[in-house]
Amino acid sequence: MLLLLLPAAAPADLCGTGSPGLGSSPPVLLLPQPGPEEFGAPGVASARSAAEEAAGPGEAEEDGAEHHHHHGGGFRVVQWEWNYVQTPYIIAIWLLVASVAKILFHFSQRFTTVVPESCMLILLGLVLGGIVLIANKKQLYQLDPALFFLFLLPTIVGDAGYFMPARLFFDNLGAILTYAVVGTLWNAFCTGFCLYAAKLLGIIGHHVQADLMDFLLFGALISAVDPVAVLAVFEEVHVNETLFIIVFGESLLNDAVTVVLYKVYISFVEVGGANVLTADYFKGVASFLIVSIGGTLVGLVFAVILGFVTRFTKKVRIIEPLFVFLLVYLAYLTAELFSLSAILSMTFCGIGANKYVEANISQKSRTTIKYTMKNLASIAETIIFIFLGISAVDKSKWAWDTGLVSCTLVFIFVFRAMGVVGQTWVLNRFRLVPLDKIDQVVMSYGGLRGAVAFALVVLLDGEQVKAKDYFVATTIVVVFFTVMFQGLTIKPLVKWLKVPRATNRKPTINEEIHERAFDHILTAVEDIAGLQGYHHWRDKWEQFDRNYLSKLLLRKSVYRKSELWEAYQKINIRDAISVIDQVGPSKKSIYLSIYISKKNFHLTLFATVLLVCSRRENGSGVCLDLQVIDNVPGSKVVEDMETHHVLAGNLYKPRKRSHYSRHFMPLGEKERQDREVFQRNMRIRMETYKSSRHKRHKKERSMKKVRQIHMSVVTKKNFQAALDVCQSPSAAPSSPPTEDSHLPWKGGVGLPPPCVSVEATKIIPVDLQQAWNQSISSLESVSSPPASTEPVHPRVSALSRLGGPRPASYTAPSTTVSSTTSIGAPAPQSSFCFPEKKKKKMQEEEEEEEEPGASQEMQPLMLPVRPPGLLPPPSPPLPPPGPGRRRNPCVYLRSLVAAPPPASGDLHSRRPTQL
Amino acid sequence: MGSSSSNLNTIPNSQELMQETGFSAAHLLRLYERFEFLDKDNKGHLRPEDFEAVQELSTNPIGDIIIGSFFSPGQETVDFPSFVRILAHFRPAEKNRTRDGAQPEPANSSTGKLKFAFQLYDRDRDGKISREELLQVLRAMLEMQVTEEQLESMAERAIQEADLDEDDAISFDEFKKSLEKVNIDHKMSIHFMK
Repeated sequence: MLLLLLPAAAPADLCGTGSPGLGSSPPVLLLPQPGPEEFGAPGVASARSAAEEAAGPGEAEEDGAEHHHHHGGGFRVVQWEWNYVQTPYIIAIWLLVASVAKILFHFSQRFTTVVPESCMLILLGLVLGGIVLIANKKQLYQLDPALFFLFLLPTIVGDAGYFMPARLFFDNLGAILTYAVVGTLWNAFCTGFCLYAAKLLGIIGHHVQADLMDFLLFGALISAVDPVAVLAVFEEVHVNETLFIIVFGESLLNDAVTVVLYKVYISFVEVGGANVLTADYFKGVASFLIVSIGGTLVGLVFAVILGFVTRFTKKVRIIEPLFVFLLVYLAYLTAELFSLSAILSMTFCGIGANKYVEANISQKSRTTIKYTMKNLASIAETIIFIFLGISAVDKSKWAWDTGLVSCTLVFIFVFRAMGVVGQTWVLNRFRLVPLDKIDQVVMSYGGLRGAVAFALVVLLDGEQVKAKDYFVATTIVVVFFTVMFQGLTIKPLVKWLKVPRATNRKPTINEEIHERAFDHILTAVEDIAGLQGYHHWRDKWEQFDRNYLSKLLLRKSVYRKSELWEAYQKINIRDAISVIDQVGPSKKSIYLSIYISKKNFHLTLFATVLLVCSRRENGSGVCLDLQVIDNVPGSKVVEDMETHHVLAGNLYKPRKRSHYSRHFMPLGEKERQDREVFQRNMRIRMETYKSSRHKRHKKERSMKKVRQIHMSVVTKKNFQAALDVCQSPSAAPSSPPTEDSHLPWKGGVGLPPPCVSVEATKIIPVDLQQAWNQSISSLESVSSPPASTEPVHPRVSALSRLGGPRPASYTAPSTTVSSTTSIGAPAPQSSFCFPEKKKKKMQEEEEEEEEPGASQEMQPLMLPVRPPGLLPPPSPPLPPPGPGRRRNPCVYLRSLVAAPPPASGDLHSRRPTQL
Repeated sequence: MGSSSSNLNTIPNSQELMQETGFSAAHLLRLYERFEFLDKDNKGHLRPEDFEAVQELSTNPIGDIIIGSFFSPGQETVDFPSFVRILAHFRPAEKNRTRDGAQPEPANSSTGKLKFAFQLYDRDRDGKISREELLQVLRAMLEMQVTEEQLESMAERAIQEADLDEDDAISFDEFKKSLEKVNIDHKMSIHFMK
């Protein structure tokens, strides 16, 4: 029962946040008025009913009775079924409020960079709580511990655990555990004892009826760093990963300590401090071990189950995310069931399962999980902070004692700092990379307390703990102080201290390779030096994982995949996506943009991105090469035709009747096309190019595996289609062979069997690319002086020519390009900056270019019937390459200026011979 | 420390070694014990076979390459000082070491560590990691998990990415640059126990 839901908040906020302040009072003022217009403004009515429902048993009954009188007699067309929908309705409204609140916060960019969202949410909660208090003269709800622990916290912890950077976490596990266990114990005891001392000294008022045990209990619950608060604040601060993982890991792993201390003290308080036996202390220690290790084990067991289950979801991809959510959540609940540390359980379930699950499930499921988890966590966080704010307004639960509050604030801060410094001093003797003073400052300052402490203090039994109200008030102040004040100031502090920030950078392939090599090196050196250190054991674990765990938990198809290869592919995909993002959805533009966006264009980037000319992944580079250096206009025409051919024939299928299925996600038209091309590209790379028409069936079989890895649900039919395409177009049933023969790189190899085109792409690029690069660099070095009027980037000119096969519509790009000449100079990063102007220009040209294509897109060119107008003159035999034919004066000029370097000359000479 | 200092005398040039490598007496002693353990027939130097006798190294995919790096080119043996000097690369860097410019870069600086890693790749020691050399390491690391074609594309891409002067190979500077964002001190250090 979600009684905590605040009745008036929904409508009040909907107007209230829009016009903060008094604008929201009218609807609220309506609340106390009796007068339920049944079909009145739904928001007000719902809020009213919610108020009635929740206004305490007596009142609710009264109102309810009154309510029912109105319903008396007869059939009515519309009925007011509030009771029926109440709970889900209020939940939905709450989520809506929270989400709208977030949107509103982020309207002001400058504001949100200064003020953390958590602060804003708490303030919003305070406002809402205040409104309700004014309206109702009574605070109705606060953060309900059951709701918090059963629903809100797990969503956040689940997200944190599942997406925990495992390597980083385990690299720093020693430090994390130390801070979590020793640090929390230290904080708890010191705070407890010192508060007791303060009480004895009379600093804390006499009306606070608490003895040592009460203070220790309070110390235990107030000392734990809170994962929700830490996440909320640190995610906006972006400190470096090590610092973050230590603080955040601590906040997660200290759960066991907090749970045990809390329970132990509660039982001590119940029996009374005097009656505690020595054995009870030992029981406490034993309990700690059981709670922490047991929780971890439960989590790991569920991680294994989860990994194992996802092994078999191949046929039911759609429920993959569900399994993840369910099992991770079950890990949490199971741990709660046995009163083990639920947070530990969930965290380790997430960390443990992540690797296997991610490998097993489809890309779509991965995305789904990611977004759903983030979504839920974000919502939960929002609700938690809003409720913290609302709860704070409730004066009835409070009892203020300045001494207690100020002492607690001082103590937790001081002891946190002392604990961190002390432990770091010890830890630094063992750490490879010591934590320096700045790190320690941030760690001390980042010890935020939050909703966990609040929920625990609310859970206290007022009968047993006489000073509960004081503790509640103090906890609220502490939470507010840490989240609001420290959360607000930590960003400037981090800036001021120049704490190394996290870079949002993804590792490059070099880093991936070398870091793996480093791991091996370190392991080997440890073995040689006879040290059984961290790397030794990590290596042992990896072997165990490889030999047993992965065999058990991974699909056969992914089991043999190398991690490095996976990482490499991820990088490729990421690059591809970024290219696509940069340029927009137009396929043509993607095709074009590759040339500008990458200086050393990567073969494999092509392999991944090339949405248009997938089959020619490397060939396109060659083609470009030809144009830059030799400028063969004929090839341009042919290529363009070819592009259209591929586009129309392969990408655009006749529209199928889309049918609804609950079990399979129908792919969108565009999506499917992209997918196909993507798969095709990956396949091409992964296959060893042995494939030919004759081996087609074999290939098909082997490709099935490939298909699983990449991308989701392509129906058999699509796959077959994609496969067809993946062979050369001449392998496709009715594609005219003439075209292929005109393509320079194909014609070069000769007309023979269709398989050649595939072979050709393999043969040519490896050596030509090299040559191409060399020629590019030499061209650039020649034309680098900024005074030069010609485009420095050969790709640019090539591009513009690619864009304009028809001389009429073609505008020489020299004007736009020349402005960028200076950036185009050999500086390596220059090619990545991508002037708006140029890009626009490019896109314009592309659009122009696409128009004729558009009409034919729906008409597969593979069909024998072709709109005649679409075919460029079908058989212009490739004209001999000659400089006189170039259309682009700039390139022409350049090629004159830049004497073709040996490599390009080489190329030049090779081409014609092949032709 | 009485016993260790007496033992320290058995190590030739121990003082100089400690000075040079920065290992403490205890470390050095421990390494000496290890050295003697590996040196089965008390030759006073190690041969590749002695390294290969280490059980765990056989499972290390690039174990051979690493063993090779202990031997300077053309040499079949490694004596204790060289052994220690190589291991010194993996000592964690001191945070606040005082360095005067005249002093050579210590082995455990991040440049020193990188140099060591670099020459693992650079088998022919020509100062460049060629495509072939990179492929060799990749092939060893990935074992049979990927096809040659995939390896090549990876090597290709790695070289493309790191190669700034476009000579189709990775020089040490390029190597260093490609790893400049990586915390080398962290990734290439071992905690030497007492």
